[in-house]
Amino acid sequence: MQPSEMIAARPAPPRVGGLRAWVRRELFGSWVSTLTTLALLAWALWALPGALDWLLWRAVWQADVEACQAARGLGACWGVITEKHRLILLGRYPLEEQWRPVLATALLLVLVIASGMRRFWTRWLVLAWVLVWAVFFALMRGGVAGLSEVPTERWGGLPLTLMLTTLSIVLACPLAVLLALGRRSRMPAIRGLCALFIELVRGVPLISVLFMASFLFPLFLPVGATPDVLIRVLLGIALFAAAYLAETVRAGLQSVPQGQLEAANSIGLSWWQTQRLVVLPQALGAVVPGLMNSFISIFKDSSLITIVSLYELTGSLGLALSGDPEWRPFMVEGYLFITAIYFVVCAAMSRYSLWVEQRHARGLAR
Amino acid sequence: MSDTPMVRFERLNKWFGRDFHVLRDIDLDIARGERLVVCGPSGSGKSTLIRCINALEPFQEGSLTVNGVALAVEGREDLRAVQQVRRSVGMVFQQFNLFPHLSVLDNLTLAPRNVGKVPRAEAEAQALAQLERVHIAEQAHKFPQQLSGGQQQRVAIARALCLAPQILLFDEPTSALDPEMVHEVLDVMVELAGQGITMVCVTHEMEFARSVADRVVFMDQGQIIEQAAPDAFFSNPQSERAQQFLNKLLGRT
Repeated sequence: MQPSEMIAARPAPPRVGGLRAWVRRELFGSWVSTLTTLALLAWALWALPGALDWLLWRAVWQADVEACQAARGLGACWGVITEKHRLILLGRYPLEEQWRPVLATALLLVLVIASGMRRFWTRWLVLAWVLVWAVFFALMRGGVAGLSEVPTERWGGLPLTLMLTTLSIVLACPLAVLLALGRRSRMPAIRGLCALFIELVRGVPLISVLFMASFLFPLFLPVGATPDVLIRVLLGIALFAAAYLAETVRAGLQSVPQGQLEAANSIGLSWWQTQRLVVLPQALGAVVPGLMNSFISIFKDSSLITIVSLYELTGSLGLALSGDPEWRPFMVEGYLFITAIYFVVCAAMSRYSLWVEQRHARGLAR
Repeated sequence: MSDTPMVRFERLNKWFGRDFHVLRDIDLDIARGERLVVCGPSGSGKSTLIRCINALEPFQEGSLTVNGVALAVEGREDLRAVQQVRRSVGMVFQQFNLFPHLSVLDNLTLAPRNVGKVPRAEAEAQALAQLERVHIAEQAHKFPQQLSGGQQQRVAIARALCLAPQILLFDEPTSALDPEMVHEVLDVMVELAGQGITMVCVTHEMEFARSVADRVVFMDQGQIIEQAAPDAFFSNPQSERAQQFLNKLLGRT
């Protein structure tokens, strides 16, 4: 046989491109996909005009109850949002002081978004967290710098939802890591305690945890020594979330190969150093989707605190509409409004999780 | 002082679980600056033997002294002794075990900065010097996965060297490598062997053993069967098992 010549590298042939080729290939590639495409198209053509009619063209935008009543069944009444948006977004916070929760929420949002960006991951971020939270509570609670005092029962709406979510995640994460590490500890007492906590908390509905935090817990403390209901509820959610997060973290810990531990041992790292510098960075990176899943759950589950009379976003919608017989019929529009808010936040969280995942994968698999 | 051995095993026994007697009555002295090659069929306990030296494996009977520090039976709880031993012993693994989330430079400076409390700039300068030593300084800012197997193993050697160890352990350092990369790692090991560091290598690279080792230890079924200078061992093995092993290894019938 002749020795073959070296073949020079050449670029791949151009893909058959263009929108038409894509449509033909992806939407009408076989008779099954052609049928599906046509069916979906027909459904869209049938449903869309009516939906747009109701949502936009025949909707009532100004806060006019009569017009809304007249349009019932034909067009949405967005006037209910125009009329009630303050109550829905801020709950029972005193009307004349509402610039305070608005400013506090804006600050908190900026802090959270900045914390997600790599360029801000410096020592200053820690300081920013301390400062923003101090300002947040000063604004919300008042009693300092000439601000009138607003008791926590009056807090509500979006600020309450965001505060509870952020703080409970921040509290739950370190606890979850400790629980997950503890569950893999060589010391049986620690292992048992951590497993017991996780199983116990996972075996109870969040509603009962909130009930206990709100009604049962104060019975065990002397009168006057009970911490604020908001703090009790916050701790309840954080402990609950920690149990779930701990199992996700444990899955991550198990994905780190034994060889990594041996290498860390062989260069003399202590147990804590090994976990902090070698194991956790790899373990947490491996379970980003699971962690984000839990974060999104916490965000939405915060709506359950309504049952202990704290009116966060969902609760204050009920508060805003059910007490007002004129506007009460337009609950659906109100729910659509807060659905949009929940959706935007959750979508942002899930996009962010994708970004982190890709960054982590790049770091590991280049 | 100089005539006390660097490592001394005395009637050391180790079991995995109850029934698997993996090391049996090991008596072995390794002198300062000695270059020792441990070989034997797979499952003979040779990896376990060297993993005892930096306390990655506990043992159940006998005694083990490393650089003047005694490791106790089941002694992994004695953290001070373990840490003291590990600071004088470096280890290179078959699967490299580099930290994938850290750059090459960070892999090397991790222990000096966190265990030795060396300032960052100084640790990085030392790390670069060690990377020079294994001829790979230009890769300092890459991540492990961007390197070939041979390069990764040289980084792993540099990482072990960053602790300025008195003993270097090699656990089959070339077994996971493509054949064309074996030599770049062996060349580095030969260079290190000329620099006075105590080396204990589990390897089947007989060329390396012949050119570098002061002594070859042959193990089978958890026992040291025979030990000799490389030339004597390869040309005239005493035990039948060593003869069989060498025949298989060298493709002789």
